[in-house]
Order: sequence, then structure tokens, then C-alpha cells
Amino acid sequence: MVDLTHSSSANKPKFNWLKVAAIFIAATLSLPILVVLVNVLMGDGDVWRHLYQTVLADYIQNSLLLMLGVGIGAFFIGVPCAWLTSMCDFPGRKLLSWALLLPMAMPAYIIAYTYTGILDFAGPVQTFIRDLTGWSYGEYWFFEVRSLGGAIVMLTLVLYPYVYLMSRAAFLEQSENTLEVSRTLGYSGRSAFFKLALPLARPAIVTGLTLVLMETLADYGTVQYFGVNTFTTGILRTFYGFGDVVAASQLAGILLLFVTVLILLERYSRHRIRYHASGLKKASSRRINLTGSRGVLTCAFCLFPIFFGFIIPVSVLAYWAAFKAELPDARFAQLAWNSLYLAGVAAMIAVILALVLSYAIRLNRDRSVSASVGIAGLGYALPGTIIAIGTIVPLAWLDHRIIDLVKYYSGEKVGLIFSGTLVALLFAYTVRFMAVSLGAVQNGLGKIKPSMDMAGRSLGMSPLKVLTRIHIPLLKGSVLTALLIVFVDVLKELPATLVLRPFNFNTLAVRAYELAADERLIDAAPASLMIVLVGLAPVILLSRSISSRVEHSKVESAE
Amino acid sequence: MTPLPPHETLKEMTLTKVTVGYDGNAIVKEASFQLREGQIGCLLGPSGCGKSTLLRAIAGFESLMSGDIKVDGEVISSTSHTVSPEHRYIGMVFQDIALFPHLTIAQNIAFGLSTWTKESAQERVDHLLSLVGLSGFQSRYPHSLSGGQQQRVALARAIAPKPRLLLMDEPFSGLDAKLREELVPDIRKILQHEKMSALLVTHDQMEAFAMADQVSVMDAGVIHQTGSPYQIYHEPETHFVAGFIGHGDFLSATVCGPDCVHSDLGTIRGDLDHGFADNTEVDLLIRPDDILHDDDSEFVGVIVSKLFRGSHFLYRVKLSSEKIVYCFASSHHNHLVGQEIGLSVHLDHLVMFPR
Repeated sequence: MVDLTHSSSANKPKFNWLKVAAIFIAATLSLPILVVLVNVLMGDGDVWRHLYQTVLADYIQNSLLLMLGVGIGAFFIGVPCAWLTSMCDFPGRKLLSWALLLPMAMPAYIIAYTYTGILDFAGPVQTFIRDLTGWSYGEYWFFEVRSLGGAIVMLTLVLYPYVYLMSRAAFLEQSENTLEVSRTLGYSGRSAFFKLALPLARPAIVTGLTLVLMETLADYGTVQYFGVNTFTTGILRTFYGFGDVVAASQLAGILLLFVTVLILLERYSRHRIRYHASGLKKASSRRINLTGSRGVLTCAFCLFPIFFGFIIPVSVLAYWAAFKAELPDARFAQLAWNSLYLAGVAAMIAVILALVLSYAIRLNRDRSVSASVGIAGLGYALPGTIIAIGTIVPLAWLDHRIIDLVKYYSGEKVGLIFSGTLVALLFAYTVRFMAVSLGAVQNGLGKIKPSMDMAGRSLGMSPLKVLTRIHIPLLKGSVLTALLIVFVDVLKELPATLVLRPFNFNTLAVRAYELAADERLIDAAPASLMIVLVGLAPVILLSRSISSRVEHSKVESAE
Repeated sequence: MTPLPPHETLKEMTLTKVTVGYDGNAIVKEASFQLREGQIGCLLGPSGCGKSTLLRAIAGFESLMSGDIKVDGEVISSTSHTVSPEHRYIGMVFQDIALFPHLTIAQNIAFGLSTWTKESAQERVDHLLSLVGLSGFQSRYPHSLSGGQQQRVALARAIAPKPRLLLMDEPFSGLDAKLREELVPDIRKILQHEKMSALLVTHDQMEAFAMADQVSVMDAGVIHQTGSPYQIYHEPETHFVAGFIGHGDFLSATVCGPDCVHSDLGTIRGDLDHGFADNTEVDLLIRPDDILHDDDSEFVGVIVSKLFRGSHFLYRVKLSSEKIVYCFASSHHNHLVGQEIGLSVHLDHLVMFPR
């Protein structure tokens, strides 16, 4: 008989370190938002009245107009392109259907700098007009890029892919049968689109638009450069210019309100996605064949956003970077290293924490754990400016307590430990991008069914063996995806980096911002180009995953 | 890790008043039964009755709130100790199959053979592949197999290390009816070939009857009856078992003697004492094949609906008391819905429960 003493376990409750870790992580990551909320409540009437009398109306008006414009723009580019590439067939459809995602790689502030460089008074376009006509300054009208309208166009050009992606998935899911039924009931193809296809895709479109509007609200680089006063610029101006934490937090509080409304809207629409999604497998869809001039027109329509959102700015950036920019190589290498190193470390932290949280929720059927995971993911909805303020305030407080304490006991003077160091920056990144890595890791872990763990155990594997022989090989892909996405997001992130970076510590994004602010747009090109190129990696990953998903569903329906 | 050598076959497994649950809520209450060498047992019940939880407790994935589980006299689960699953020599086949997607078919089957020598493991894998009819599939990956093939691989993987007991959690639920009919006798044959005891969980009584030597009917966490399929069908011990197994109706009846009752269909005599006192109000179990179409009978009913089953009709007939019962009739007796037909009762054994 086998000796069972060492292999049996007593049924006593053990210390559940995973659960404790999950709650601790969630509590720490929710610190910035709590700080902002507490400061909102601390404000007295005066601050309010002052904000109300001076800037508030301006901020609200600009932010709303910006959201309205970008929302409309993203809708009218994203939805038609999604419908055309999923329901019709025309020359270049396959290429265009993934190329429409390319502008996602372009941070809004970089496209803003690039178009300003192209279109402003000294830029090639206006110079060309003047050379051609002989007009001089003031004698002709030209579109002013650095305006609210310009900001709307810039943000639309890089944010429409969210609407495109979501509505395309929804259109692809709609079964051919649903649309055919409507035809047998006497609807023409066109009215079937408006009465059926569009309403069915509505929840997905709303989700896409919500993402667009959240990014619009969070944008700092574009509006700041274009001189459009919105909440994000207001928050940083109040914080830096006047050193007024409470007033900045008040503004952040209102911004938070906007974001909350958006999230609730999105929840509501997702609730209805579940309602709409049918369990039926999609029939292999017969696409409407567009040939001749209609095909060419359609192709041109879908090419238009890619052309302006990606091809032109990237070509110009590449030209500037190669031939015109003045930036010493050594300094550029330093910038690149700073960025890559920071993004790499942040990605590791976010993924390790995501693994801890994901396993905590897998191994505990406990409401406190799932609530913790929910809270830990909240940061993604928060604009970087809010997180920056929410990070710097408590860390500075903590630093000063430590300085006082050390001074009291030893008389020594110590510097800042958390605020103004990379710790603050890494913390803010983790708060902001936790949800991204959590999503990727949970998605991967969800594919390892609990019964696989049990199968391993019943075949004689210890829990550790199950982890190394089943979980690690199966999770590798999702973990790499999570690392990559966080890495790129950190590389692009501007406002939080701007506020929290240590003195004299520059990244590619910050340097591009600084050079642009000094009107050295061309010199900013190498840094900008590098951000865009690195940003292409997750876009390629995304486009591959959507094309493989389509193939996969084909295989399923073939069976 | 303790190596898992090929193990002796199971002589008997005994569950004594096993209670399983979470946070103080018992999901399985005081379950007791015994499974002997070479037997295929079955836990049968509606979904949510606790049968899967009980299976997981036997596999070692749940600890007990009370009672114990013994295998060949050795306690593997009790309130104070739970032998971990990897040391139980108990294999399991899962409802969702749960093959490892990153391993080939051969690697999946060999997963539990890590302590075997390379040659003997290879031999075992080859043997099992031919046993489940999948020779030549060893280097394929699970996703390229059909549902039925995956299920065979899952079975081969579970029995590869020669566990002393095989547990199967709704193993056929994901398969279509035709495949299931093919697979059930195959698996029975394979288990007999390996001389392995097994315990199956299902909500499908046809599956239970086809696979099992011994069926335990469960509801709401309680085992109502354990017995052969024949016993479960013809001699149900509780009202639930009588209603759950097969088609059946309950007729209101009054006891009129040690072997007889009065009912809507007249006085019915059984061949055994039923043990109820005279004048007790009871529910009498009537199977469809107990009521026959009989034009000479004094008892009549109105046809409410009918199902043509090829060799026979299955009528639903409303009696004068408004009670609706099943009635078998040969397919020559084609009657219309709304017609009145004569009925006679043919019962040997009275199954009844106090009302």
C-alpha cells in the first residue's frame, strides 16, 4: 500500500495569499482616483465660483464640441468602411480591410505635429501656393490647422479605427440569413441595411464610439498644441501654473463625471450586445460584388482615411527624419533607450500583476476578489492627466513625511524617494494600463478550462506540474500579447509622462512634445517616427487576429 | 511527486454518509453507496442535483463536510483529510473533454505516464490508440479531430495510467444521438477489456441504462435509490424516482386490501402485498405499457393527443376524473383525437406512494 501521509492534505483553511495580494493590488491601484475624489470634496465654494466664472464654460464647450465633432467624424468614416469591407467585394478589399487599422499606430499628438508642419504658413503646401500665385501673407485665406476644427480632424483621423473595428466585427457576425429573411419580407437591400443591419450593429458601434470619445477626452498633446482649452489642458495649467491641487482636482472631478457617463453608456450598450448575439453560426456570407466604377469609387472611399491618417503623415515624417531633422545620434539613442526601458519595465510589472489577479480570480469564488480585479482595471478609463495628479499628490505627501521622519530621528536630509522618480512614473503607467494586460491575460487563462487542471491532477500531476506543463505553454501567447500592448501604450503615453518624469529624464514622446512646443516640428520627426513604427506591432497583431478569426469561423461552418 | 505505478484493480469503493458543499451549504447530503470490482455505476439525476459535485469529491477535488470515502478499506476522503487527486489512482473523463490543445494525441494520452519507461509508455499509447480506433492519429492535434474522436482520446488518456477507478462526467453530452449510440457500447467493451470499474454521471436515463450495472438516482443532493436499471424502473422506492425514470402517471387510488386498490380504472390487483393499511389514500404508478387499448373494457377515456411510433401509438387519454394518462395501442388501432376508447389495466406489481 502506498504511504499516503505526505500526499494527503488536511482540510484546514490555509492563508490565502493570492486573495490578499489581489485586494492589496486593487487598493494600491485605486489610490489615484481616491485622491482626486477626496480633493474634489475638499474644495470650498470659492474655488468653484472662481472656476465657474472664468474657465469652466470654455472647457465644457470646447470638450463637448470636440467630442461631437470627433464622434460624428469617426462614425461616418468607421461605419461605412466597416460595412463596405465586410459586406461588399471590390478591388483591394482584403488589403484595405486591415490597412484601415493602420492609423491606430499614430498617436494623435504626432499626427497633429506632422500636419501642422505640412500645412502651416512656413510649410510646403502654403509655400507652394505662394510661389505659384505670387500672393504674400494675408492676401489669401488658408485653413488654420491649429484650431478646434483642426483638432477634430486630427483626432478623427487616428480614432475612427475603434468604430471601424467594432462595427466590422458586428457586421461579420450578422448572419446572412437575417438579411435574407428581410429580403423575403419585402425590404430592398438598402432598407434592409437601415432597418436591420445598422440597428443590429448599434451596440457595437456605440462601444466603438465610446472608446473614441474616451480617447478624445483623454487627449492632451493635440489640444494643448492647437491651443484649444479643454479639461486636460486646464487641469495641467491649473496644477502647474497656479500650483492649485484642489482646483485641478475639481476639474479632474468634472472630467471624471464625463468619463463615467461614457462608461455607463457603454455598459448599457454592451448589455444589449448580449441580447442581440445569436448562437447561430454565421453562414459563409455572399458579398455584394462591386465592379467597374462603383468598385473603384468604393476602393477610393476606403483608401481616403488610410491615406490621410497614415500614408501622408508617415511619409512626411520619414522624409523629415531622413533628410532634414537635426538631432544628434547619441541623444536620440539615449531617448530611445529611456523609452524602451521604461516601457519594458512597465509592461513587465503590469503583466505580472495581471497574472496574480487573474489567478486570484480563477482560484477563488469570492466576491471580494472579483471586485478587486474590477477596481484594478478602472484606470484605463481615466485620462493620463487625472492619474498623474492622483499619483503625484499622495507620493509627494509620503516623501515629505519620510523626509521629516528621517530628519527628526537622524538629522540627515534625504531626497524625494517616490515622487519625481521613475517609481511614480511606473506606478502611474501600471494604474493606467492594468486593464489592458488584465484583458489579454484573462482571455488566455479563460481558454484553459478548469477541467484541464483537473485532468492533469487526475493523471498524477501535482499543482506545480500542472502549472509548468499545461498553463505556461498555453499562456505564453497571451502573456506576450499583453506585454506588447502595454509596452506600446506606455511608449505613446504623453501627459502622465510629462507630469511625473524625473527632472531631465526624457522619453521619445516627451521629446517630440518639447521640440514641437519650440516649433522645431521637423526635428521632432525621428522620435515621432519611431513611436509610430513601434506602435505598428500591436496593430499588425490585431489585424492578424481578426483575419484568423474570420478563417476560423469559416472552418467551423464548414464542419 | 509519488510515482503512479500500475495499480491493482479496485475491489470496492464505499461512500458512507458523504456530505459535500461550500460555505456551509450542503450540495450533496449524506450520500451512501458501494461500487464493486468491474462494475459500472451511474449517478443519474436532473441537472443541479449534486451528482457532478459528488463525482468531484470522489476524484478529490472537493473536501467533505461529513462522512467518508473508502477504497479497498483505505480512507481517501474524510472530514479531516483529503488525499490529493494525483495520489488517488482515479482517472476522470470530463464533460468538456479538456484535451490539452498544445499536445498531440499521443502526448495527451501519454500525459499520465511520466513515470513509465519510454518503451512501455509508447506501447501503452499504441495499444490504447488501436483500442479506441484511432491508430494513425498519434501526431495530430486535438483541434483537428471530430467531437467523437476527441471523446475517445479523452477516454484513452484517462485510462492510460491504469487507474483503479474511472470517473466520467456527462461524457456524451456534447455528442449527437447517433455518435452516442455508437460510443456507449464501445466504451463498455473497452472498460471490460481493461477490467476497470467506472462511475458515470448523467442526466440521461437511456445513457445510464445502456452503460451502467448499477444506477443511483439523485435529486436535490440526496441519493433516492441505488439499484440495477431494471429495479430502478420497475421497483422505484420513492415518488421522485418513479416520476423521473421513464414515462409514468400517478393515479389516485384507495387501498382496498393487502394486494388491491380502487382507482379510476377500477379495482386493480397486484401479485404481492403492498403493505399499506386499508383505506389509505395513495398515488399508484402507471407506465404507458400498463394501460392497453381494450374495446371490451367498461372504462373509457377521451383521446387528447397521439404520437405515432411506427410499431405502436402512444395516446394521451383523459379519464372521467379529468386525469390524463398514457396508453399504448398497436398501430392497427388508429383513432382520432377526441374519440372515446376503452381502456384496461395490466399490472403485476403495484408501485404506490402515500399521498
